[in-house]
Amino acid sequence: MSDKIKKILVLGSGAIKIGEAGEFDYSGSQCIKALKEEGIDSVLVNPNIATIQTDSRICPKVYSIPVVPEFVTKVIEKERPDAILLSFGGQTALNCGIQLNKQGILSKYNVKVLGTKIRGIEITEDRDLFKQKMTESGIDTPKSRAVYSLDEAKELVKELGYPVMIRAAYTLGGKGGGVAHNEYELDEIVIKGIANSLTKQVLIEEYLGEWKQIEYEIMRDSEGNCVTVCNMENVLGMKVHTGDNIVVAPSQTITNREYHKLREIAIKAATACEIVGECNVQFSLDPNSEDYNVIEINARLSRSSALASKATGYPLAYLAAKVVLGKTLPELFNQVTGVTTACFEPSLDYLVVKMPRWDLKKFENVSRKIGTQMKSVGEIMSIGSTFEEALQKAIRMVDIDKLGLCQPDFHSDSDPETLEDNLVHFSDEILFHVVESLRSNMSPEEISRISTIDKWFVDKINNVVDIERKLLKNPTLIDKSIILDAKKKGFSDKQLSLYLDKEESEIREIRTNYGILPRTKQIDTLAAEWPAQTNYLYITYDGSTDDVIPSNKKKLIVLGAGTYRIGSSVEFDWSTMNMVWALKERGYDIVVVNCNPETVSTDYDMSDSLYFEEITLERVLDIYDKEQPDGLVACVGGQIANNLVNKLQKYDIKLFGTSSSNIDRAENREKFSALLDEIGVSQPSWQTFSSLDTAYEFAKEQKYPLLVRPSYVLSGAAMRVIWTDDNLKTFLEDAAKVNADYPVVVSKFIQDAREIEVDAVSDGDNIFIGAILEHIEKAGVHSGDAIMTIPPRTLDPSEEALIIDYTNKIAKQLKIKGPFNTQFIVKDGSVSVIECNLRASRSMPFVSKYSGVNLMQMAASAILGQTISSSFHNYRNIKSVGVKVPQFSFMQLDGADPNLGVEMQSTGEVACFGKNFYDAFLKSLISAGYNIPRKNGSILVSIGGTEKKQKLLPVIKKFSKLGFKTFATEHTADFLDSNNIDSIALYKIGEYERKPNLEDYLIKREFDLIINIPIIKSSTNADSIIEDEYLIRRKAVELGIPVITTIELAEVFVDGIDWLNENKLTIMQTAKQ
Amino acid sequence: MNNSLEYDAVLMLEDGSKFHGTGFGKPSTVVGEVVFTTGMVGYTESLTDPSFGGQLLSFTYPLIGNYGVPDYSNYDEYSLPAHFESSKIQPSGVIVNELCTSPNHWSSTKTFDEWLKSEEITGISNIDTRSLTLKIRESGVMMGAISYDPNNSINPDSVLSNAKSYDTFEFFKNVSTPSPQTYGNSDDMIVILDFGVKNGILRNVLKRNYSATVVPYNYNLNQIMEYNPKGIIISNGPGDPQRCTDYLDTIKQICNSPIPTLGICLGHQLISLSLGASTYKLQYGHRGQNKSCKDLISGRSYVTSQNHGYAVDIDSLSKTDLKPWFVNLDDNSLEGVRHINNSCIAVQFHPEAHPGPYDTSYVFDEFFNMVVGDSN
Repeated sequence: MSDKIKKILVLGSGAIKIGEAGEFDYSGSQCIKALKEEGIDSVLVNPNIATIQTDSRICPKVYSIPVVPEFVTKVIEKERPDAILLSFGGQTALNCGIQLNKQGILSKYNVKVLGTKIRGIEITEDRDLFKQKMTESGIDTPKSRAVYSLDEAKELVKELGYPVMIRAAYTLGGKGGGVAHNEYELDEIVIKGIANSLTKQVLIEEYLGEWKQIEYEIMRDSEGNCVTVCNMENVLGMKVHTGDNIVVAPSQTITNREYHKLREIAIKAATACEIVGECNVQFSLDPNSEDYNVIEINARLSRSSALASKATGYPLAYLAAKVVLGKTLPELFNQVTGVTTACFEPSLDYLVVKMPRWDLKKFENVSRKIGTQMKSVGEIMSIGSTFEEALQKAIRMVDIDKLGLCQPDFHSDSDPETLEDNLVHFSDEILFHVVESLRSNMSPEEISRISTIDKWFVDKINNVVDIERKLLKNPTLIDKSIILDAKKKGFSDKQLSLYLDKEESEIREIRTNYGILPRTKQIDTLAAEWPAQTNYLYITYDGSTDDVIPSNKKKLIVLGAGTYRIGSSVEFDWSTMNMVWALKERGYDIVVVNCNPETVSTDYDMSDSLYFEEITLERVLDIYDKEQPDGLVACVGGQIANNLVNKLQKYDIKLFGTSSSNIDRAENREKFSALLDEIGVSQPSWQTFSSLDTAYEFAKEQKYPLLVRPSYVLSGAAMRVIWTDDNLKTFLEDAAKVNADYPVVVSKFIQDAREIEVDAVSDGDNIFIGAILEHIEKAGVHSGDAIMTIPPRTLDPSEEALIIDYTNKIAKQLKIKGPFNTQFIVKDGSVSVIECNLRASRSMPFVSKYSGVNLMQMAASAILGQTISSSFHNYRNIKSVGVKVPQFSFMQLDGADPNLGVEMQSTGEVACFGKNFYDAFLKSLISAGYNIPRKNGSILVSIGGTEKKQKLLPVIKKFSKLGFKTFATEHTADFLDSNNIDSIALYKIGEYERKPNLEDYLIKREFDLIINIPIIKSSTNADSIIEDEYLIRRKAVELGIPVITTIELAEVFVDGIDWLNENKLTIMQTAKQ
Repeated sequence: MNNSLEYDAVLMLEDGSKFHGTGFGKPSTVVGEVVFTTGMVGYTESLTDPSFGGQLLSFTYPLIGNYGVPDYSNYDEYSLPAHFESSKIQPSGVIVNELCTSPNHWSSTKTFDEWLKSEEITGISNIDTRSLTLKIRESGVMMGAISYDPNNSINPDSVLSNAKSYDTFEFFKNVSTPSPQTYGNSDDMIVILDFGVKNGILRNVLKRNYSATVVPYNYNLNQIMEYNPKGIIISNGPGDPQRCTDYLDTIKQICNSPIPTLGICLGHQLISLSLGASTYKLQYGHRGQNKSCKDLISGRSYVTSQNHGYAVDIDSLSKTDLKPWFVNLDDNSLEGVRHINNSCIAVQFHPEAHPGPYDTSYVFDEFFNMVVGDSN
């Protein structure tokens, strides 16, 4: 089969969103690598600009355009591929492929679907077909039925009884699903689920919350050879979506009979669906018998398969690509040993724990409860020899300011009822609630009974609490056996230091003197049965020998980015990998430290050694001690790595890149502001926060709004625009808590200013400017949430000259060596600097792909002390325009308000290129999930405050001219009326008895677009208006109607629609970098 | 015994290396060939597999005892203990990294430690079993001793240095049934020549509505034929197949007879030896649940459960009436043979699983197809 295939179209997954994240950069990259080895040309469609798979190094032909049939069809017409791969780009690619098939595009252009056939995919995706197929094969499934309406759902629940589980078809991350305990919840979830499903179908299922949740990853070839690469157990059982669950591999609590029974059924199920390639089979298992159900099959690479790959060392995506080309498993090799077969099942002699990273605290109205709808934005994987070790490492890796399961600065004020409630209704803090209950002397049996978490896991947590009890009992006694036991159970030096009232460095010294040393172990897929040719490593205290002796070659350690979270995502894996490649090309062996299973940098063949480890001071020092490298690179892993620099400089560590003291001068808000004053670079008026009184005084002098900014934070955490004295007090206190070691700065917030960013590289003397980027939204929207364009749209030459001058001055003053990003605000011809990050930035992949100059290549030279050319990469020579648009996941976060602010909320981004701004902009919007209404659509307008109404008037007029029907809320309608614009007035959602009511129109989806510009928080009556506005936005999110919340976006949006009426969107290949 | 880090026991190897750990089970000094299994589940099945007789079994998976130990009286649908392959723990000692002291499973009635104690078996925990595995992989299997002897009454060095090599023992004599035992009440009988049969083999006979009579290893063909068997299975068992030469004549007669015959593991080796092939000792054996074997007839590969330290030399088959049937995909060693008379098949792996995957249970189907064909 494969000998006729020369060119394959690979569909990517688009922007990172909740439920579909970096794992598809991993799977797509491995796939394209495998195709290349077979001499096949890949054509990739993926608008996720920050991915590694969209680098020309990985895939020479990339289209950064929406993964939707309309655009993919154009690529098919142009490229005429022989085949298409749908299973490497998540649900997005799968859904797109199913539609392309339905529309007859694939047959029209004779494009073969490789791997599992469309029919097989449909069986796994359609709830009814699936159930039927499983029943035919003698496989148990939960009692359930697919329904298409609320009435049908109610009818069915009469049979099943509450609670019931609701799942939407063809969606990801449990989107639009949930558990209904009563009719009210049923109404809500079913309506949302039907809205979200591609086929307007939801499945109503018996609720199995108390059962175990077990998964198997299957690899099956076209001849029927089939192996289960990994099995996994969800610590929180069926109550929580696997994406939000704490997952352990291999399973821990099931017997041989159960393990192999489920394994056999998994293979049977995969065979029934005629899977070719990879799939994931999910089971529920009764904790009191051997009864089971198959819940679902994902006929594609998934989050779980990425995890399984990293957990076992079995490169699932790479081998799946070979298998879909027609290779059989027995003819492929185990990539780790190089000599044994790929047709085997890895045996682990360690265990891994996957822990989700939630950012729920960032969202004001979002509940921190977790359940069957996924809410996490990232994850990590930890490896250990004991469960306790892996679990405590995992907690540190998710970077939530916790040192492990326990730490002494803990105060419990929960009464028994709260404790119990927390054990029944899980939140993102469930592990700490278990710890709290154990400390309150609740028994593991009791906790397990209430929470339905298997007692085995509770006992393991209790083992950690037991060590804490010993430590608390005698804090002055430093006992070797307790320390050894604690280290084996995953306590960090820092964690111990708090119990023993010592410095972290003292604990390190004490235990080293005791001979309590971390050991390096290899992941070799075969539990040491065959020698591994790869250096895939982890560190444990539960061992007596090291597996490997580090080489004495010239080498550098590169710190990766750790967990993805809001504000730090695949872009930092891009910078890590591009730095790794650049440094390797410059003659260094590279040791990567990272712990995120969704990344390319944690593929063991991407570096010379991979430590799948914590990016903490202790672990980095351990690895540095073991490897004895020439130095360490911390400027590509984002904020975690950057924040470590200060701590590392106290040890004998050679940092490649900007010096730690200069990084501190940029990160420490007070030092940075002082520095700008010193070198004559303007900035908004500022003051270091010292007392509330001086802050009030500053406020009086500068007038509100003010901006409160803590140091060393990411994605605007705890950053706030303040409008009143009351708010000032609250937020200053919050900000001071976020990073207590560093100062908080209060500065004047300049309203209605444009925001500009510069991505550049410096060698200390010369500065290479990659691009100047302009935000569409005015300053005040976090740069991660703003739409950005290259070249800038409104900058005049004198402003540009000033920006370049300031960039140069800062770089020279800070002796920057490596990548940096500077942010400016521009208003009325004046330019001021707001911040500078001496590390790779979110926008660097975008800049590199736009300009064709890879900034990491340049940065590698700079940090090695080589001279770089001092120039401004002149975008005027580039004929295209690039626009980057954020991707939000508000739908998944019940209650989240899609209003934008200084704290970042987006989970990902896309960027497209076009012949002009609108061409690029509209494609980016479509990529991020917007439906662009054409002529004669309808809009709902709701604008807070007269000033903003006035500003938006021209936009509304344009919509009217384009034939749009305008609906408006009461006051906005009055305003429009007085300006001679016809509109239909609708009453607020809160006034549900008054008709015509907005909510009715929303549910009927009468609007193609909603423009809702919130009122400024200082206004009178703001609170009730804010609530009304919020209800509109929230409802719109739930119904999938696009909402615009800024005037600037509304302006370009309407112009875009106008443009689109006369023009066609292009498809354009990404430049070679 | 507890989970603490008290190092009160030691594992010593023939090459002089020592691993300090924590004793559990019965305090004693035990000696045996140190082998490792890479299966991640199935400790109750593995430890009751008679093929481990005379060995110290080390688990490469670091957490052992998680789901506890059920009662032997917890029977499956064939009235055999659901989680056990024989009626007792078979290895002479057990080596683990972390011993689970608070297991949780609905079927469990005791902890792993309690189980070992009740059967007077010695174990050692807190051993870096990966480090041990690496040593065995590089140096080959060797004799070792676990000394968990709080009174220091025995000198483990002398125990180890006086220990005879594993290959010299006739372990099968200890594990074979002393007298015939019949299971099931069907008139159609399968006789199992017992060198240490696993319950899994019995299950596969009973599942297909046949009865099984397990007879001692030294039964001759006439004694076997008294049961009027429809088929004969030559079982798995411990030790070097070359210690069984006294019984090869009987086995050869069985193989050359028209009675359908199935050999499993040691049975596979004995059938091969009886027909003129030769066997050799593997550097560190194949023990685990993840080994792929290729069926040379269908071309398909299957994941198998394995537990063997010796193998049949594939080249030596040329002198016999046997043809290769299965080969190991990793090292190309022989994993199964078929007699040219089409009434005798044998596999080196364990199609009965327990522990391990069921992918090759079709080997039994083939055997019973021969049985049915024969009776037609």
